[in-house]
Amino acid sequence: MATLELSLPEEVEQPVRRKRGLGLLFWFAISWIVIIFAVAILAPVLPLQNPVDMDMLERRAWISTEHWLGTDGLGRDELARLIWGARVSLTVGLCAPLIGLIVGGALGLLAGYFRGRFETLVVGSMDVLLAFPPLIFALAVVAYLGQSIPNLTFILGFLGIPAFMRVSRAATLTLARREFVIAAEALGATHARILLRELLPNVFLPLFAFFLLGVAVTIVAEGSLSFLGLGVPPPMASWGSMIGEGRESLEMAPRLAFLPAFAMFVTVLAFNLVGDTLRALTDPRQGAL
Amino acid sequence: MLNFIVRRLIYLVPVLLAVSLLTFLIASLLPGDLAYVILGDQATPEKVAALRHDMGLDQPMWWRYLSWVGQVLQGDLGRSFRTGQTVLQAVAERIPVSIELMLLAEIIGLVIGVPLAIACAARAGSAFDRFMTGGAFAMLSVPSFLSAILLIYLFAVELRWLPATGYVPLTEDPIANLRFFVLPALTLALAEWPGIMRVLRSDMIATLQEDYISLAKAKGLKPSRILFVHALKPSSLTLVTITGINIGRLIGGALIVESIFALPGIGRLLVGAIYTRDLIILQGVVLLVASGFVIMNFIVDMLYAVLDPRIRHGHA
Repeated sequence: MATLELSLPEEVEQPVRRKRGLGLLFWFAISWIVIIFAVAILAPVLPLQNPVDMDMLERRAWISTEHWLGTDGLGRDELARLIWGARVSLTVGLCAPLIGLIVGGALGLLAGYFRGRFETLVVGSMDVLLAFPPLIFALAVVAYLGQSIPNLTFILGFLGIPAFMRVSRAATLTLARREFVIAAEALGATHARILLRELLPNVFLPLFAFFLLGVAVTIVAEGSLSFLGLGVPPPMASWGSMIGEGRESLEMAPRLAFLPAFAMFVTVLAFNLVGDTLRALTDPRQGAL
Repeated sequence: MLNFIVRRLIYLVPVLLAVSLLTFLIASLLPGDLAYVILGDQATPEKVAALRHDMGLDQPMWWRYLSWVGQVLQGDLGRSFRTGQTVLQAVAERIPVSIELMLLAEIIGLVIGVPLAIACAARAGSAFDRFMTGGAFAMLSVPSFLSAILLIYLFAVELRWLPATGYVPLTEDPIANLRFFVLPALTLALAEWPGIMRVLRSDMIATLQEDYISLAKAKGLKPSRILFVHALKPSSLTLVTITGINIGRLIGGALIVESIFALPGIGRLLVGAIYTRDLIILQGVVLLVASGFVIMNFIVDMLYAVLDPRIRHGHA
């Protein structure tokens, strides 16, 4: 049972490197994410005004009991648009990295475990994808495929695959040489069993931390495309398109750009914080940083 | 060294071929017939068929790809059917703007990031260090279009110090040119400095723990000399890499910033081509930008190998 003894010290070492608490900021970030999710999911049942109803007499109206955060340049309720915009940003922001997580994670796992020609092929084709400036790629494809939330999700998810592949492959490469995998092989476990029961549970944590960082990146990417008018189709609200529209009235009503900007910043920061904390926990090498 | 360069160059060929194939596929597989785009919805089927024949659109896909690559290799990227300008003319006209923007952004980013990194590394763990590291982390969550809006609001709308949009060629009026470039370059730099600072800081903290730094201290060298000469020099490698990676990211970021500030660079050319469905310009520019990106990465790899001999001998 020499293998067991060898793997033990590393198992014990890890908790020592952990910080004692996760910190107040971490819990602030978690609460913000929970709140924004709750509001976005509950949007249809909340007593909100219609986010696309225009009122040309009430353009850029100041905060009132009727419009809690005032109205935008076309007289639409700003609060309702913010909350419905959160739905779009979060839907794309979660679903797109999920595509990357599943496809990229699986490819990386297989490439890191089987090595050989398959690995060369996977790494090579991912290099080609990485050669494209992602935003330009996304812009070009969305311009042709047409602007819709599924298209946007699909293309942003597709662009995330190489990064997830790299994380998953790197983790698998080191894990595949560990004693518990060698032991499973020696016991005659099938490839499928080793991949699913031995490697996947260990690769999942770093992948999940990376997924949270991916959510932050995707929210920004979706925002950028919508800001340019090439994301979600109007009159649908998204934080990016709201900032883009608010830019037109920076002189008269700067809050129309700053409110969605603030919401996006805090959300992205929250996902970055949680993702980075989890990454630091799962990656002992980065402990010094 | 020569061996290393040749190996990397050979690797470049399939990557560039794949890039061209992908670019071609984006432009051709997706819906929207180029002939209809040119002639408009009112065109008669005969006219469309004639144009399709003239442009070779009725040929099989693989043949169109090969003839396109053949033309590209001869330096013919096609011309816009809207303006009549060739892709190369359009790019040549706009590339100085994009390069000036990237250079200014990278310089400002380094000017902010490097001194902060040195100051933080010199007092690692201090309140100042923790504040700046936290600030850099928060800045990483600010998308460039967001900081653009803030800067425009502050400097163009409220203070009225700088113009929000516009452009004057450098050769016409250098001062006015720079005034137009301040806000866009600053926008990009605000996204650059946190990365520069974070990486350089942790790199220098590691360097400062080396034995030769202790020796330099024991010899009684001035702290500033140790910091700037002995500790900063080994980190030049890291700086080269970050700068290289940044330039790649800047190409994407410049797209948005050029659109916001109405700078006539490559990014705006591309966005314009997308809005007007100018497929030839789009295809040509995407190919050029993606190839430039690949070659840029190649140059960074080379520089890295020049600076660190371990890499060219395959020990890394």
